[in-house]
Amino acid sequence: MTTTRDAAPAPEALRTDADLAVHLLRLGDDALVLGQRLCQWITRAPTIEEDLALSNIALDLVGHARTLLTLSGRLDGTGRTEDDLAFTRADREFTNALLTELPNGDFAVTVARQLAYTHYAVLYYEALAAGCADAELAGFGARAAKEVAFHRLHADNWTRRLGLGTPESARRMQAGLDRVWPYTAELFDEDDVLRRLAAAGTVPSPAPSRPLWEQRVSEVVTRAGLTVPEPRWQARGGRAGLHTEEFGPLVAELQSVRRQFPGGTW
Amino acid sequence: MRVPRQYVRDPGDEPPAAQDELLAHFDTLIASGETVEPRDWMPDGYRRMLLRQIAQHAHSEIIGMQPEGAWLTRAPSLHRKSVLIAKVQDEAGHGLYLYSAAETLGVDRADLLDALHRGRQRFAATFNHPALTWADTGAIAWLTDGAAVINQAPLCRTSYGPYARAMRRVCQEEAFHVRQGYDMMRALCEGTPEQKRMAQDAVDRWWLPAVALMFGPPDTEAAGAGGSDARTAALGASVSRRAIAWGIKHHTNDELRQRFVDSVVPQAERLGLTLPDPAIRWNEERGHYDFTPVDWETYRDALGDDTHWARQRIAHRRAAHEDGAWVREAAAAYAAREAVRSGTGGTGDAGDAGSTGGTGSTEESA
Repeated sequence: MTTTRDAAPAPEALRTDADLAVHLLRLGDDALVLGQRLCQWITRAPTIEEDLALSNIALDLVGHARTLLTLSGRLDGTGRTEDDLAFTRADREFTNALLTELPNGDFAVTVARQLAYTHYAVLYYEALAAGCADAELAGFGARAAKEVAFHRLHADNWTRRLGLGTPESARRMQAGLDRVWPYTAELFDEDDVLRRLAAAGTVPSPAPSRPLWEQRVSEVVTRAGLTVPEPRWQARGGRAGLHTEEFGPLVAELQSVRRQFPGGTW
Repeated sequence: MRVPRQYVRDPGDEPPAAQDELLAHFDTLIASGETVEPRDWMPDGYRRMLLRQIAQHAHSEIIGMQPEGAWLTRAPSLHRKSVLIAKVQDEAGHGLYLYSAAETLGVDRADLLDALHRGRQRFAATFNHPALTWADTGAIAWLTDGAAVINQAPLCRTSYGPYARAMRRVCQEEAFHVRQGYDMMRALCEGTPEQKRMAQDAVDRWWLPAVALMFGPPDTEAAGAGGSDARTAALGASVSRRAIAWGIKHHTNDELRQRFVDSVVPQAERLGLTLPDPAIRWNEERGHYDFTPVDWETYRDALGDDTHWARQRIAHRRAAHEDGAWVREAAAAYAAREAVRSGTGGTGDAGDAGSTGGTGSTEESA
């Protein structure tokens, strides 16, 4: 990552910066959008402990989004801040994976979504910590991996409780897994941007983590007495800004106050 | 001086002489300024008053999450979003500390929540007020949390040990909320004219709920003298006298209300906001700010249990609780199964279910 621009940078360096900005924006959007979904749970959770846990997780995710969006805005040449990126982009400019924008559904759908995301995010942030040349980004990866490991524990525990709890909870948990599983493949997709970044050793690609992800989530799911879904259809499009219809209202809500007060300071 | 604690609670059918002795021991504890602990004998009236107050406080924390929680998804910067999430999270935590403190008096959190959901126990009517704009979240933090801090700081020295210890943790975090609320109002006041108008509008709507409802009814005869609230004030005064005698409270509602007005008027001046009470002015002779006495009965009725917002708050809570019933049942079933498997009497994670136990914070706060 080049952040100083005293001399005219080489064209390759510029392209790397632009690629990295795209990639960090995707990661930041994942965290922001999932955090926004979890905010919708707060005051509606099954227990007060869960209101607390879900707000704790949402807070960490918004924190990750802030770091990632800030870095992205610094690298893409536009100088946009975290808030510029969160509050002034149109729906089609968001590049989160579709998994993160799926509506909350019942508690089991949310747990299933958390299970898929947290296992992926721990693996990727650990890879970032270990395989990223830039010290700031590697440091972020290490911190974020530690935080998401707690979120993963929360998801693992609830998958197990619901899977082995009552017949109704097992049925709902299986339905939750079935609902979100078609949206998991996109997390590991590798496009030209990622291939160039990985080839240059700038950041690792998430693609190689997929077998380990599958092994780990399968273990949690089967130990909870549930079945790992094998969806024929795999959702894609979020990275290209092609979202679900439910995404529009999420963005509208996110940006509503900021847009009502142009030029405001907060 | 440490008073020996040879008495267990609930003397049951103790002869009257023993009752007198127990009462004398309790009075000594209160007089010596020592805390009353869960295993100490206490008069029924003391237990009832405490339980009512702690439960109402816990319910207010949980219901109080709603007006601000509604703005989490709309916070206008990621910094403000983080701060608001942390604040609402703190409120859930305060609810838990306080339910745990209440449980030391021999009740169950599930029963307390049930009483809230059925309207048998109350919460602060302050929250029967809607949060209509983003600035409301700032006004709530600055004014109602500001009132709460003044109201609650003396409770850190309340006579019942578990309540006092819970309140010390609550107060620390509330003070932080007030500063954040003030900071948010300052940002709005220094922003565009539209932002400043939004801030003033929020203060116009949250002033009365803070100054009136956060402190409860007038409870000094002087406050109600000659007005339609004379009976309310007389009744409030007798309740407050008893609470003060038992060391549950240390100040009357009206003393604390005055302290709040005195602290907040200069802050409003610094922000350039007008508090919506033309009678506010410094009274040199009293050394306090004068303000309009609240027409308590009229005001309380306007925010009563049968109003739109009061019903809405409870409906929201009940819906969350009912939608989550299957989750709590699953957690309880899983915990029971694990306990059998491991041969221990485990406790579940579904705290609101009651039968599966809380989070263990009783021990922490007790």
